[in-house]
This record gives sequence, structure tokens and C-alpha cells, in this order.
Amino acid sequence: MNANGPQQDIGANLTFDRSRPGRRGVEVSRWDGERAESPPSHLLRDNVNLPELSQGELVRYYTRLSTLNFGVDSGSYPLGSCTMKYNPKVNDLVANSPGFSNMHPLAADENVQGTLGILYDLQEALGNITGLPAVGLASAAGAQGEFAGMLMIKRAIEARGELDRRRRVLVPDSAHGTNPATAAMVGFTVTEIPSGPDGCMDPEAFERELDDTVAALMITLPSTLGLWEKGIEDVVKKVHNVGGYVYGDGANLNAILGRIRFGDLGFDVCHLNLHKTFSTPHGGGGPGAGPVCTTNELAHYLPAPVITRSGSAEEPSYALERPSQSIGRMQQFHGNVGVLIRAYTYIRTLGFGGLRETSGTAVLNANYLRTLVEGHYALPYPSRVMHEVVFSGSRQKRDHGIRTYDIAKRIIDMGFHPPTVYFPLIVAEALMMEPTETESREGVEAFAEALIAIAEEAANEPGLLHEAPTTAPIGRLDEATAARRPVLRWQPAGEGAGQPPAEKAPEKDTAGARA
Amino acid sequence: MEFPEELRYTPKDEWVRQQDGEADIGITDYAQDELSDIVFVDLPEPGASFAKGDAFGVIESVKAVSDLYMPVGGEVLARNERLAEEPELVNESPYGDGWLIRVRLADPTELDDLLNAADYQAQLSSD
Amino acid sequence: MPSSGGRAPTPYIPNTDADREIMLDRIGVSSVDALFDQLPADYRDPPIDLPPALPEHELIQHLQGRAAQNSGATGGRPSFLGAGAYHRAIPAVTPYLVSRSEFATSYTPYQPEISQGTLQAAFEYQSVICELTGMDVSNTGMYDGASATAEACLLAARHTRRNAVALLEPLHPNTVDVVRTYAYGVDLRVDVITDPSDVTSEHACLVVQQPDFLGTIRDIEPLAAAAHESGALAVVMADPFTLGLLRSPGEAGADIVTGEGRDLAGPPNFGGPSLGVFAARQQFLRQMPGRIVGRAQELHGPDGGEPRTGYVLTLQTREQFIRRERATSNLSTGQSLIALAFTITVQAMGREGFRDAADYCYQQAHDAAARISALPGFEVVERGPWFQEFLVRGPISPAQLAEELAKHDIKGGLDVSDRPEPEARDASLFCVTEATAAGDVDRLVTALAQIGEAHA
Repeated sequence: MNANGPQQDIGANLTFDRSRPGRRGVEVSRWDGERAESPPSHLLRDNVNLPELSQGELVRYYTRLSTLNFGVDSGSYPLGSCTMKYNPKVNDLVANSPGFSNMHPLAADENVQGTLGILYDLQEALGNITGLPAVGLASAAGAQGEFAGMLMIKRAIEARGELDRRRRVLVPDSAHGTNPATAAMVGFTVTEIPSGPDGCMDPEAFERELDDTVAALMITLPSTLGLWEKGIEDVVKKVHNVGGYVYGDGANLNAILGRIRFGDLGFDVCHLNLHKTFSTPHGGGGPGAGPVCTTNELAHYLPAPVITRSGSAEEPSYALERPSQSIGRMQQFHGNVGVLIRAYTYIRTLGFGGLRETSGTAVLNANYLRTLVEGHYALPYPSRVMHEVVFSGSRQKRDHGIRTYDIAKRIIDMGFHPPTVYFPLIVAEALMMEPTETESREGVEAFAEALIAIAEEAANEPGLLHEAPTTAPIGRLDEATAARRPVLRWQPAGEGAGQPPAEKAPEKDTAGARA
Repeated sequence: MEFPEELRYTPKDEWVRQQDGEADIGITDYAQDELSDIVFVDLPEPGASFAKGDAFGVIESVKAVSDLYMPVGGEVLARNERLAEEPELVNESPYGDGWLIRVRLADPTELDDLLNAADYQAQLSSD
Repeated sequence: MPSSGGRAPTPYIPNTDADREIMLDRIGVSSVDALFDQLPADYRDPPIDLPPALPEHELIQHLQGRAAQNSGATGGRPSFLGAGAYHRAIPAVTPYLVSRSEFATSYTPYQPEISQGTLQAAFEYQSVICELTGMDVSNTGMYDGASATAEACLLAARHTRRNAVALLEPLHPNTVDVVRTYAYGVDLRVDVITDPSDVTSEHACLVVQQPDFLGTIRDIEPLAAAAHESGALAVVMADPFTLGLLRSPGEAGADIVTGEGRDLAGPPNFGGPSLGVFAARQQFLRQMPGRIVGRAQELHGPDGGEPRTGYVLTLQTREQFIRRERATSNLSTGQSLIALAFTITVQAMGREGFRDAADYCYQQAHDAAARISALPGFEVVERGPWFQEFLVRGPISPAQLAEELAKHDIKGGLDVSDRPEPEARDASLFCVTEATAAGDVDRLVTALAQIGEAHA
């Protein structure tokens, strides 16, 4: 049988299993000159057990792996809160220009004026887009941007001499898990604020928690329910009135791009996810970039480095600088520069007008999807939405014993990537959908039709949902056994750890027995 | 779902089986079902002492993690060592092979504050 | 046939005016702007000053013109800078495979059935990292080597319940900087020490760089032993490329190994995107930050056949989306695509090639150093066995030397004369790797010879 044939269990056939002594994927330089003295042998190793494959074998293996993946280029990817929009190819072309990509991070500033100039312009653009003019680009992803922003707030509180008492962070219960996790990483405690019946932060619960122990409110705008946080401008004032700061999670910026700004609303700090709003590819889990934007008052705390400009307009000169009271570096060097260049390319492709059209269409598509699907699934917050809409599979669970998990798997069979499921936590059986602006009207309609068809199947042919997916490269996996007896690396056959213990396989029998 | 008559229960879904000043502690059938597939249980070493209401361990399923709270105060005499290799026992037999720890009761009168099977079930259905 | 509906607003937005009319009508609102009327009117629609949009071809010309403002952008200016970022010989297959859009345009693999490419590749990565580092378990990668090292300090502090960490010089100053950033968050004290015997029972861990910041190969074993004697963990931040030759940190007693994987993934990119290696002994598995991929079997085989093998994100209860403020880290998006590139490079080289490349790097660097030390007025200062970076003291100050070399269109070495180590006094740090062209080494030696003569 063909080694790459469809019937083969590719998951059990890693490069290490395919390895044959003597093969190699590339001819590396081999030293044939005079040999220097070797380091003492106790500092050296005997060998490195890496696989040996010819170049063609390696390319076939990873090409085959790639075909098991579903990307934005494969099809519609309405993964809520992740803004899986189309990733423009010109961004990659520009970022991969050798003039940018070959630059060493310790090159003298005068040797990298082209790169620094673009990073400076990106700072300016993001400052204008958020209304928070001071921008640091060094954080590698949204969560690291949150971390940087909250460290800045901690420094500001310390400078006021209030760090002893002001250590509480208010976080709505609809927040991403990164928010409370970040608050803990800066040594603060988390007070969760419940959402009211309209999905916005419960105003009474919020006011009850307001006092001079509050370091900050961390809030996602618009919320993870896809809703505009009504009265946010007053919420910001109230936090300021008790001496706290307001942190904006910009994960959902795509909804309000060019429409309203964190800075104008009074926010003190926010982060952006360039791999969401600004179209850089997500790479199966990174790299992203999570710039942090702040007011002039807090600018001197920004992470190092920031890019400064001097000289004339005709002959500007750019430099890397450490803000005077910087929280320090987030990374060894200057951030995920390749991602930053892609985001700048995107901004220059669209301009202000194009960015504003982007949020307009993203919100239009989400509301269109809501309208088409409403009535077929429970809609816990039946108001107009921003860039995403959260349905619930609670009706299907109650009436037909179908979980949101099953619905998601059936969506795979329909040719789409499933939405985000079981988040936000405050919606039972949540299905969180974000079509983004790059989906066409027909695309949104097709997705809605699939959802409606699945709702009908749940009532009439629930077996289809329990068995789904049947068209994917692999069926449902036994995640319980994988977590109970973790196999986390390849090991040679016979050493036991390469395979999960065979006798433990059928976990689902016990799960079935208790239902 | 089963809730044996001879056990005592807490509103946080632990059960207690006492015998001669000692008690076995576990989580209820309802709790294991809510957690779904349990993959890891972190339990204290014998010798550790906890007051009633203290968190004494952590139980993890594929998608959730939950603290374990002492229904009664006491010193840990033993823990269920089988759970290290077979955490699924909590799913399969929450009142039997899936027990968690055995303690020496600090104050047997604390048992009086616990729920009986009927009251615990009533509480579940009112949630 | 659909009728013409006007021009779509951007190349990335398919909907035309005609589409919008249909959609707005169905939703029951009059205009797209009306969808935003719940935003407070006082703040809505601010003027935003951005540079004008450019058509694609003009934009490429403009931005590549700016790339050309980088010196040596088109080659011809050899660089001898290292110090945490190394030019490596990247196989052609690496950028080729990584650019496949099924890898590049997918999200974190939340749905394993349609993410086996990312997941299985991550399992390959974990396997490679465990082999190189001598550790039992690896996560799927973090932001960069420095932040991974900071996370290792946080893990050590949680595990030991101690609130100070010890960093052993010579350590990259930016790594120290990043550890301080993270340490401030949870109020850890950072002690930068020069003598391993200064580790005390107050320290959660001892952090050691391999090779160290000045290029010297460390003997890890006694350092790890010193840490363990004080009940501290031994954290080794190792350059993974050097592990083709060097004893694995795990074998030498390390508890956690971190490192920077960027260099084996592609060109330096001005320092990022990077790749933070993070691997540890089995006992720290449930304290690890970041995502971890595990092997799993199908619940049911296809058509009643044998269940097939697949991969899933596992041990997720450590992570922020489940454990929230008690998570082991706030990490969500990592550096998955860079980890893929790293894996492909290492596997393309394979068992022999990875070792040969490391050997070539070692030999070429030592050859260059020998030629420089033979030049009148120049001295190569050795602090022990070294790998790819070496200290050069010349007849003029390091700053002047860099300036003089720039006149020869040569970048580097790095001025390290402000370092506390006596060997670094008046010295520059030069780096030669396996990717350095032999002709460039010749150019450097010739230029230094001329500088030496001029300042004799």
C-alpha cells in the first residue's frame, strides 16, 4: 500500500517511525578544514535521536499533515471572538521581503531606519485608531499585551503610594479567561461582576464593588456576548472617581474599528490583537501581536522598546528607546516584528475608509446571521448585536439530548469550521459566531442554512449529530484517556510510552452507563 | 442517579461515610456526572489536617476543574492511591472504589450539620 | 445571474451595495450606520487621521522602498552580530512548507477533527524538544526564550513557594530584563549573582544560560547540583542549535529547559516572531504554562474498523480559559507556526545533519577566531571552551572598532565593554555561525588586519 495512502493511520506514523538510517532532508555544510580542539568530552553528547527522511518524504509528510487542517483559506471560519477574517497575501509578501526579514535585532538604529520607520508609523496609526496615543509594540500576543497593560497600571498605583490597599481588579463574568489570569499574574485579586439580564455588566453589582481598593476594571468592548456595553462611558467615570483605572480588552475591536475609540471613552489602557482585527494569519496558534495603547499620562510606563522619531519631516530619524519608567521588556528583542509589518500593510491597504467599512460589514454580517438563525436556536440576549452573536443549544439539549458539542461536530460535516463553543461561560451550551466582514452574503446564508438544517436533524435524526463528524480526516477522539494517561512525545516502540495502554481504550462505555 | 441512605452529604456535593470516629469522603454521583470524564485527582498526603470547609484537594475533568472541600474537620489517615492511575473510578463508582480520603474526625458533632440523602436530593432538584 | 450591485468597498469585503440592501432589509434597519446607533452619540464617528490607502502594487513599491532604507537590505554587508539572535542555514523546505495556508491560516486547534495537521506537527515538535533538551515533557512553545525563562521562574516560585530567583551571570541582559518584568507582577525578588554558591534556600531557582552570554560553554552539572543543594530548581536557557553537540541539560541535572527557537525557524526578522522553548521534568507537568498536545485514539474506528490515532490539546485544566485566575499562565495565542518551522528545519537536517551543522558552526567560528588572534594588535580572550561567539580585544575601543568595520561594510561585533566580567573589558563579541559565508570571514579578517595596521 502507498505509504501516504488514505487508509493509513498517519497519526501512528510520525517522522520518527518513518526514519531510515542514512537518509537526510538537506545537505548541510560539513567541515573539512583543520579541526579546532574539541570541548572536554563531559560537556558533549554522543548523538541526537532525530528522524532521518529524504527531502521528498519529509515534504510529503508535512504536506499530508497540512491537508488534515482547516484554515481560513479552506472555508468559512466563524469562530467567535477570534475574528478569523481572510488573511491578505500582500501582507506576507511585504513582511517576507529580505530587506525586512534579514535584519538582526541588535543592528544599529541607523542600519534599520526602514523597519523602525514602519514600526513608528504603526504606533501612530494604532494610537489614532484607539484614541490612546502612546503605543508599545513589544508584546507578542493579546495575553502578553494585557499583562503589559496591567503591569503599567500596577506601576502607576505604586507611584501614587496606593499599592498596599489597591489590589482588586473587577472583571465581568463574560470575560475571556486571560483577563482574570492576567490580573493574577500582576499580583491582583479578581472580583467577578455578574452580567444583568441584558448581557451588560449588572450596574448595581458593579457599584457595590466600587471603592478605593479597586485597582482597575478590565472590560472587553464590545462584550464577548457581541453586545455594546450600555453606559460604558459612565462606568469609566465611576471607576475613575474611586481612583481606579480602566483597562480595555481590544479582542473585539473589529466591531468598532473607525466608529468609536477607547481613548475618547476615557479608557486608560487597551491592547489590540493584530492577528484578529488586523488580518495577520493566526498560524494554528500564533504568532500574533498584542500592542498596548495608553494615554500620555501613562506613556512613560510602556514596555521597552518604543520607537521615537526626531529630525525633520523630510529627513526623519528613528530610534529604539526605553520609556523613562518602563515596566521593562516583554521579550528579548522588539516584539513580533514580522506580524507588525503585516498589520501595517493591512492598514495601508484599507486606509481609514476601508477600516470603517470593515467594522460596518462585520456588524452587518453578524446581524444578518442572527436574523436568519433566530427562532431555530435559543437566543439568550435577543437584541441587536455587534460583530458576533451568541446562540445557545439549550433547547436542543432539553428536547433532544443533543449537546452543543454534537452540533459543533455536525457543522464540520456541513463544510464549515464550528463556532466557538461553551464560551462565554454565562451562556449554557453557547454557540458563539463571528462571520467577519470577509464572508459574503451567500456565505452567511449558507452557514445559516446549515445551522437550521442541523436544528431539524437534532429533532428528526439525532443519530447524525451523535456520530458527527463523518467527513473529517478523523473521528471523535478519546480526550479523557488522553488526559488520564498522557502520551506527550514520541518514544521508540516497545518502550511502552509510545502508545496509550490498549486495555484502557473504551472509556465511553462507562460514560454511556451513567447517562 | 443514586444517593445511598447511609451517607451524609454537603451542599457542595461531597459525601461522608462514618465508622468508629473515622470517615471516608468522596464526591456524589451528581458531582461526577456534572464534571463528566474525570482525568486527575490531587489529594493530600496522610498526616495533613484540615478544618471543616477547607479545600483539601482538586479534581479535574477534561473541561473543568473543581476544589474539594472538607465536609468535616480531621486528620487525613489515607488517600485513595488507585486514583493516581485510574481517576475514572470516581466516575464509575463514586461511593465505592472512587472514594477520595479517609479522615479521623476532629469533632463528630460536625456530622450533625450535614444533609441526609433526601434533603440533599431535594436541594439538587431545587437548583 | 446576479445583477451588478455596485463596487465592493475593499478587495477583502465581498458584499456590494446590492447585497447590503438585501441584508439590511431582512434585518429591518435602514443603513449600516444605523447598526451602530446604540453607541453613544457624543463619541461616535471621531475623525481618525491615517495615511491614505494605496493600491496593492503601489503599496508594495512603497514598502519595499522602505525596506531598502535598511542598510545591507540587499545583501553585501556581512553581519557578525549574535548575542541572542543567530543567522542560521535554513533549509529551503522550511519556508515552503510553513507557507501552506492550511497551516498558516488556521486558529488554535480547538476542533481536533479538522486540526490534525497543527496538532500532529506540535506533537512532533514536543518530541524533538524533549530529545534535544533531555526533558520528559515540552509544551507547544511560548513567545520567546526570555519570556519562557521568566515563566520558568514563576513555575519554580509556585513549586517551591519561595519568592526570590537567582540569575547567574553572564546572562543576556535582555533576559534579565524580561525576568524582572515578570517578577514585578508577582512580587518576586530577582538576584543577579556571579557565583553559583550564592544560591540560597530563599531562591526558587537558579537560571543559567547555555552557552552563556559571552559565548562560553557551561558545565551544567555542578551548577544544577548547587541549585539542588539549596532546594532550588535548575533552569537552563539553552540555544537549541548548540544541543547538536552539547550534552543535554536534562542529563546534566536541569529541571526546566528553556530556549530561543527563532533562529532555526527562519531569518532573524529583527528579533521576532520568536519561539520560546519550554520543557521540564515529568513532575512539573501539571504546573507547566502553555498548551500541550497529547496522543489519543478515536472513540470509534471508521466503519467499525480499528480506531485511528490522533492528537488533541490536553491537560487543559492548567489553562486560563478553564482555571482563570488560578491558571499556570495567561498564555493563549503562542507561536505555533514558528514551532512548525523549527521542527521542519531540525528534521530536514536529521540525526547526522543536525550534528554536522553544529560542528561546522563550531569549527568555522574557531577558525575565524584563530585567524583574528594571529593578527597583530588583536587578541581573542578565552574564558573556557566556547561555541560560536568569542571576545575580541583590538588596538582601539570596541565602539571605534565597530565604526571602522562599518566603513568596510561589516556589521559587528557587539560592544560588551560595559560588562562586569574582566574578560569583557575593552572587548567586542563576534559571532560566526554555519550560515556565515567563508568569504565574509575572509573579509572580516582582512578588514581587521587593515585596522590593526592603521592603529599599530
